[in-house]
Amino acid sequence: MSVAQETPSQPQIQRHTPVPRNGRWSGFRHLLGARMLELAREKEVVFWVFVFPLLLALGLGFAFRNKPADRTTIAILASPNAAHIQELIQSSAQKNAIHAEIVDDAQAAKGLRLGKYDLIVDPVSADKVQYHYDPARPESVQSHVEVDGALQAAAGRKDVLATSVIVSSEPGSRYIDFLIPGLLGMNLMNSGMWGIGFALVDMRQRKLLKRFVATPMRRTDFLMALASSRLILMVIEVGLLLGFGILMFHMRVLGSFFTIVLIGALGAISFGGLGLLTASRAQKIESVSGLINIVMMPMWILSGVFFSYERFPATAQTFIKLLPLTALNDALRATILEGSSLVSQTGRISVLVIWGAISFFLALRWFRWT
Amino acid sequence: MPAAVECRDLRKTYDGKVEAVRGLSLAIQPGECFGLLGPNGAGKTTTIEILEGLLEPTSGEVSILGRSWKTNARELREYIGISLQETRLSEKLTVRETIELFASFYTQPRSTDEVLSALQLNEKSDALVGKLSGGQKQRLAVATALVASPKVLFLDEPTTGLDPQSRRQLWDIIRAFQGEGGTVLLTTHYMDEAERLCDRLAIVDHGQIIAEGTPADLIERLGGHHVVEFALSGNGHLDNATWQSLPSVDSVRNEDGVICLNVREPHRTIPALLEKVDQQSAQLERLNTRQASLEDVFVNLTGRHLRED
Ligand SMILES: Nc1ncnc2c1ncn2[C@@H]1O[C@H](COP(=O)(O)OP(=O)(O)OP(=O)(O)O)[C@@H](O)[C@H]1O
Ligand SMILES: [Mg+2]
Repeated sequence: MSVAQETPSQPQIQRHTPVPRNGRWSGFRHLLGARMLELAREKEVVFWVFVFPLLLALGLGFAFRNKPADRTTIAILASPNAAHIQELIQSSAQKNAIHAEIVDDAQAAKGLRLGKYDLIVDPVSADKVQYHYDPARPESVQSHVEVDGALQAAAGRKDVLATSVIVSSEPGSRYIDFLIPGLLGMNLMNSGMWGIGFALVDMRQRKLLKRFVATPMRRTDFLMALASSRLILMVIEVGLLLGFGILMFHMRVLGSFFTIVLIGALGAISFGGLGLLTASRAQKIESVSGLINIVMMPMWILSGVFFSYERFPATAQTFIKLLPLTALNDALRATILEGSSLVSQTGRISVLVIWGAISFFLALRWFRWT
Repeated sequence: MPAAVECRDLRKTYDGKVEAVRGLSLAIQPGECFGLLGPNGAGKTTTIEILEGLLEPTSGEVSILGRSWKTNARELREYIGISLQETRLSEKLTVRETIELFASFYTQPRSTDEVLSALQLNEKSDALVGKLSGGQKQRLAVATALVASPKVLFLDEPTTGLDPQSRRQLWDIIRAFQGEGGTVLLTTHYMDEAERLCDRLAIVDHGQIIAEGTPADLIERLGGHHVVEFALSGNGHLDNATWQSLPSVDSVRNEDGVICLNVREPHRTIPALLEKVDQQSAQLERLNTRQASLEDVFVNLTGRHLRED
């Protein structure tokens, strides 16, 4: 039996095998696919866009978590009466809210300075105490009121008015609730500016833009693919950060996911436009990096990412509210935390739209492909 | 049939100062492989990018396949394939993905598999571009041009920096394309490349064509097909006119003490040369003869070598 006859012949590669004609959107689809693959394979992008914001939320969320407000640590200066004061506190109704340590003067002073103690109690004599604290520290003021109340009651004071308190610690008013929408806004700005601005200049420097325009590729397809990749990433960013907030910090999201994504899209497009503008002429990635940082830096500080811009003077706030990141952060907060609708925030939405429109208009006039 | 590539009196001045191209005209016929040969900064890239419609000339006319960039840009883009002097393709895409991306821009591209095998990139089809060798990257660059199924192929220094084997591989690919009726315009500063690959070539210097023709033509025009090179020691210091007067010598040049004679019939020149050296009681330090090359053409025309390295 001949082996050679049994072996199937190698498939011959035909020259110029007819390929189905490419349709109108073939270029767009491939550009978008290629962009998504590139992003997924770029470890730095995955880290900065997805992991970093979560780490930031985790770190800041724990550092600034609401401490059990019902516990204050105080120092009692070592003296013959110190033990008596300690007993009084132990016998008071607030004994679980006050942790008292008997220490010497130097230790007490140091502890107060470092924030270990909120208050120093100096038992001057059997029936006289002196408090030391800094009235600029809210927790010290509170501690003073609490400790004084406990000591007076334990020593025999009778309250003349009957009062009671109902405690409320609502998700929605904590620092983490403030922080997560801010981080989301900042993340949309970062990835919009870098993902569009930096990416374009990098491609220009590598002569890849020139190579692309040497083909029949539609330039609008190219820009649309870039914008679409941003929008897809945006949805993932929003979902991840909100999901993280809900799971880790029991954050309550009042607005609809659809409205949040719509605002996210507006932010992503608006900052994409700014990114396009910064990239319209720059030939070197070094120069566009500088430009992007100059644009973003003021907004990190002013636009209420980590702390409220209410802390700035009123005159500055009018200007701050015109910044795109402020508008985005405010809109995200109002929607996520309060469930505000889009129509109720036309002011912020207009700020975003105007920034986006002006950026795109100028960018497309100035943009260089080579 | 219109010329595949034609331009008349091209001029390009960068920023109103640098005159990169100064009145350059050429016509390339369909099926021809045409080379632009010239030293660094001669204006080759500027010229080829104007012809590719990527750069606006300061003045002059360009027509590709009888059409103009001003009125038929989209159509022309479908007909031409380009490899730029320096493009860094996305490192995070694979070879196949890159070719498919470029194919997607054309209405009727060649199949990716066919291009992969034509360029011997089959084995590397799933490798990331960032992991390719220089020669493989260069072949991929040509693949992105060939996937267009172009009528005209523009290659700007396709083999610069490649090892001899990779260069020969690319030459084969270019010849195969030409063999199927394609037209090629390439730039190079390698003599051997121009000599072996090009049907016709133009030598460009300072933005102008200083000689044009087939490689054989150009060497023919030099006068002698042969070069006799020798050096003398001792007191034998003779001027060029002495050597010019030897039989069958066409031209003489002196390169740092080495005398080069362009000679038609070495068997007539060399005995006379030896006799002359003897008369002057000088000693020959070395003597060799070789076929004239394009390098000699260039040096004869400009007094400089093509590559100063
Ligand atoms: N964008 C530009 N702006 C200003 N001058 C330029 C520009 N591009 C090229 N030149 C100048 O024009 C001249 C011709 O450059 P070109 O790149 O066309 O030369 P080339 O023949 O391709 O050289 P090489 O062999 O080094 O690639 C050079 O003097 C170069 O410095
Ligand atoms: Mg060049």
